[in-house]
Amino acid sequence: MSALLEVRNLVKNYKKVKAVQGVSFSVQQGKCFGLLGPNGAGKTTTIEVIENVFPPTSGEILYKGAPRSATFHEEVGIQFQQTSLLQFLTVRETLQTFKSMYKRTADIESLAELCYLHDFLDQMNDKISGGQKQRFLLALALVNEPELLFLDEPSTGLDPQARRNLWDIVNRIKGEGKTIILTTHYMEEAQYLCDEVAIMDNGKIVVQGSPVELIKQHGGDVTVILPKSSFSNLKEMDNLNHRIIEDRIEILTDNTNRCLESLLSRNINLSDIIIQSQNLESVFLNLTGKKLRE
Amino acid sequence: MNFRRLWAMFLARNHEFFRDKAAFGWNFLFPFLLVGGFAIVFGSDRYNEYKIGVFPVTGSAVEIEQLVLPDRFKKQRSFEFIPFASDQEAFDKLKHHKIDFLVKDNSATNEYWVSGTSQKGYIVEQLFNAALTKPEDVVLGNKRDIQGFEIRYIDWLFPGILAMNMMFSALYGVGYFVVRYRKNGVLKRLKATPLTAFEYLGSQMLSRNFLIMFTIIIVWVGCDLLFSFQMAGSYLMLFFLFFIGSLNLTALGLVLASRGISEEFTSGIINFISWPMMFLSEVWFSLEGAPQWVKIVAEAFPLTHLLTAIRAVMNDGAGIADISYQLVFLLSMTIGFLIIGSVAFSWNK
Repeated sequence: MSALLEVRNLVKNYKKVKAVQGVSFSVQQGKCFGLLGPNGAGKTTTIEVIENVFPPTSGEILYKGAPRSATFHEEVGIQFQQTSLLQFLTVRETLQTFKSMYKRTADIESLAELCYLHDFLDQMNDKISGGQKQRFLLALALVNEPELLFLDEPSTGLDPQARRNLWDIVNRIKGEGKTIILTTHYMEEAQYLCDEVAIMDNGKIVVQGSPVELIKQHGGDVTVILPKSSFSNLKEMDNLNHRIIEDRIEILTDNTNRCLESLLSRNINLSDIIIQSQNLESVFLNLTGKKLRE
Repeated sequence: MNFRRLWAMFLARNHEFFRDKAAFGWNFLFPFLLVGGFAIVFGSDRYNEYKIGVFPVTGSAVEIEQLVLPDRFKKQRSFEFIPFASDQEAFDKLKHHKIDFLVKDNSATNEYWVSGTSQKGYIVEQLFNAALTKPEDVVLGNKRDIQGFEIRYIDWLFPGILAMNMMFSALYGVGYFVVRYRKNGVLKRLKATPLTAFEYLGSQMLSRNFLIMFTIIIVWVGCDLLFSFQMAGSYLMLFFLFFIGSLNLTALGLVLASRGISEEFTSGIINFISWPMMFLSEVWFSLEGAPQWVKIVAEAFPLTHLLTAIRAVMNDGAGIADISYQLVFLLSMTIGFLIIGSVAFSWNK
């Protein structure tokens, strides 16, 4: 499969700040590519340089195998992390205004249906809730039926329900075969939506691959958590790699089955057991020694 | 250049203007209030330019006939006599320029007081001393009438007020607005579309011109119904001049809008440009007799040339040939502003 977008050794400096330091990756057509990392990792700068909002300090960006041309903005859709819009316009009028900017355009009714805008389509664009605004901004990014869609932290600030709704919409867009580049600091979002993930820290890509591969390679041990009260005698823990944190005991294991068998053989009560599986958060923690949202 | 994109931004900007009820209302109300206020102040017989304090007079008003002052002084037009019970109270007012001249009623030696720093006081002093001259010694000049219709102050002032309103509307409506949009990221969002800087700036300029002309025509018609302005020239020429002036000032607004994200700084720059322009472009008063350097500075302002041309059309019936110098000046400056504004323009912070 051919790469729709290829980024080679991208560098972006702002005076003394080295925001992006030699980032390279490629995004295959029809895939969702995620840039995951904490705030300040360089995710937004990376995609804003790719979006042609800012020029790179150095590096190469190839779209469809060639440097971005004048028609690049005709073919991409962009949702910025924070966007203010033209004032005193309704949601419908704003969509109509942006639609007029492009040659190829989507039908507003179809967009309203896809992004669930019907309830507030004729409201002023600054009189809608946070969740409605994110769905509206997503619709705005889709107004030109883009081949490549950039979503910069699309669910930041949303409540869990609104976030789930947004993920459903993004999944539907993926289903239409569109290519998506997404930045996030939510590991669940990256795991749920992305086919491939690049984890960034301090302007560099730390590791890159599919979420499953990354967790497998860098996720580390599974944590089995039990309350202290489940144990009649703490000597029962002697042969297990564990740590005691306040009133709970955390057992680290690379083989969950063997660990559970061992606990059962010691007649430990497992009614209150919690098994914490590996995720992208643990990948990041293991690779950088930091938490994603520190 | 894509007209569909330009038109879409033009419409969006117009929606913003017409739907912002407070700003929209103020744009119309302000010139009406100013012109109405001036008409009341200057048009009324009760307007008195010079304030003359008299003591000792009790009560809240002066019975002019009762004053023992030279007759010719008492009958001067533009004098308002203000009573004071005591000299101390009056001295304080004179010191603070609340009155221009202070005279003692029924003074055998015609005592009066005047502030050495008050120009108006000086004029009243001359009139007072002239009024003391014996009637047989008075030599009158030979009064001659000028030909043509009389130009009232309101006829002279009104185009200035409209042009001043236009200047603020153009500079704030383009300069301040675009800077605010740069600051809050609207420009960044627009940059992420195929919209070009030329299309965006063109739409802002055209929209503001449309809104200015719309406002000017409404305000002109409204004020004309109230004050019946004297019009010696052609209305077509008059509104063409307003349009050229509006183009020029919105282009200047684009220069101010080309960079920066600080609304406070932009507001300061707009004030820095607009206030000298307002005072030195003969909006409120003529610069006849002003120092040469003031006149040279005034020549650099587009508003000076615009008002010269507008008043020539309105008061003297000037045609296009008579105002060609002003037109060429305004158009050249407009082109210069447009080039600077478009070259310097930045979408981003």
